[in-house]
Amino acid sequence: MSALLEVANLSKRFGGLEALSGVSIAIDYGQIYGLIGPNGAGKTTFFNLLTGFYRADSGEFRLAGARLDVKAPYRVAAAGIARTFQNVRLFDNMTALENVMVGRHVRTSSGILGAIFRTRGARAEERAIHEHAHALLEYVGLGARQHELAHNLPYGDQRRLEIARALATGPKLLALDEPAAGMNATETATLRRLLERIRADGTAVLLIEHDVKLVMGLCDRVAVLDYGKKIAEGAPTEVRRSAAVIEAYLGGALA
Amino acid sequence: MSDEYAKLKNHPAMLGAGLVLLAAALVALPFALATVGTAWVRITNLAILFALLALGLNIVVGFAGLLDLGYIAFYGIGAYIYALLASPQFNLHLPFWAILPLGALVACVFGVLLGAPTLKLRGDYLAIVTLGFGEIVRIFFNNLSRPINITNGPQGISRIDPFRIGDFDFSRSETLLGLDVSGPIKYYYLLLVILMLVIAVNLRLQDSRIGRAWQAIREDEVAAGAMGINTTRIKLLAFAMGASFGGLAGGMFAAIQGFISPESFVLVESIMVLSMVVLGGMGNIWGVILGALLLSFVPELLRYTVEPLQRSLFGKLIVEPEVIRMLLFGLALMLMMLFRPAGLWPSKVRKRELE
Repeated sequence: MSALLEVANLSKRFGGLEALSGVSIAIDYGQIYGLIGPNGAGKTTFFNLLTGFYRADSGEFRLAGARLDVKAPYRVAAAGIARTFQNVRLFDNMTALENVMVGRHVRTSSGILGAIFRTRGARAEERAIHEHAHALLEYVGLGARQHELAHNLPYGDQRRLEIARALATGPKLLALDEPAAGMNATETATLRRLLERIRADGTAVLLIEHDVKLVMGLCDRVAVLDYGKKIAEGAPTEVRRSAAVIEAYLGGALA
Repeated sequence: MSDEYAKLKNHPAMLGAGLVLLAAALVALPFALATVGTAWVRITNLAILFALLALGLNIVVGFAGLLDLGYIAFYGIGAYIYALLASPQFNLHLPFWAILPLGALVACVFGVLLGAPTLKLRGDYLAIVTLGFGEIVRIFFNNLSRPINITNGPQGISRIDPFRIGDFDFSRSETLLGLDVSGPIKYYYLLLVILMLVIAVNLRLQDSRIGRAWQAIREDEVAAGAMGINTTRIKLLAFAMGASFGGLAGGMFAAIQGFISPESFVLVESIMVLSMVVLGGMGNIWGVILGALLLSFVPELLRYTVEPLQRSLFGKLIVEPEVIRMLLFGLALMLMMLFRPAGLWPSKVRKRELE
């Protein structure tokens, strides 16, 4: 079976800076795949190329065997990759429920006429959106807070709401940009359980994370970037022993 | 809004009684106004037209958060379409039920034509482009009299057909059921019905998948894109909807006035409609209507009170009503920004954003 996501030979320059050069990775179905590396290694660039926010200079993406069009973020979401943001970007003045309902947009279709005439189809769809969104809030443990405004939620809850909103787009791959950043130990533990559950329910996860403990404990496979190049890839235990990784993180003198 | 509504819902009798009273008041209103003077019925009709315009602009500015400073152009397009197809200008006299929707459609097309290349711009830049569009359209109206006379230039188009259904002519006075029903009163009822339809459309749009997408774009366009919303398309939809309402109102304006000229579609009119939206409460349908009614009626009230007042006090006119109007208007906007930045009757969301 071919991989869920295959990225081949991805390169991106910003002026004179080679942010990524020839990076290839493959994520299998049902995997949590970790992408780590020191600051400035190119993790976020990789993420933004994958989700259509930047244009790659070269490289190819295949999702579930089909060529992935990364020309615009909304197309990537429609193809089945949902993302979260390093700095939480919720719709602050909408309720938790409404945030997740927006996530259903891409899987639903009623337009202006459906809205104006409240056709039977539009009403049924609206009900389905509502139920699906509510179920997702329960799933991430925010069922009781569905009517609270996003910006009134505690930080950890906002992070989880962002994941629920991403899940609402019905993704094949959930791409998380440092989901544990700024979380305390309890919140990180809750997040970890949530990610394990998402994996168990069949959605693959791409995780960019600084919290090495979380990555090593959670991921099935890990790739390490440094200066825009992939310097190691494998199971967490292998990667941890790699000389190149130790050098990248701790500096040459110690290795 | 919805909370108050929910409270009322628990008292269906009270809600029903309130609605009946309101309906009765709205039905009786033109006759009451006519006893003061038919001019007041005309003023009310114009106020309703402006409410229609403000509701259309509210979709663009209030729902989707796009600043449009050339909105009056769509009003003008609707008005000219109606005028050209139902006046001696080309000797065409098509029925209103055909050209009114056509005007809305043409305005909608222009909305898309304006929006498609410009909606990648944000904030100030979009405002400048739309402002330019508004001026260009007006200048076209002004100059399309040569080499072929289409718009009749600055003289405008006169003797535009009123609405007619069979023998029932909206501009003619007649006695119905023992009541003197003048032309403006007939138009009042028609406008009222259209206003209610437009309100219903707005309420339903707001509370729909598309309405949520608009709100999401307003909140965070980047995140909305990442959630699979085709932001350009959804913004274009807001532009097209707003423009169609503008075109619809324009066609009615042409029929009611019987005369239009480019002067009715100047920048100040765009600013005025925008002020109605902002003053009333961006994003809240009821607030926007309130803003439109206030900014339409208060200047007229001033016109009728300031002059007699000055004459009786000083024996002569010292300050022109127009000057006082602009003074008060400026003062009102300043006080608003200080004390009620989200509008007189803000939408819940806007209130939260500004707090």
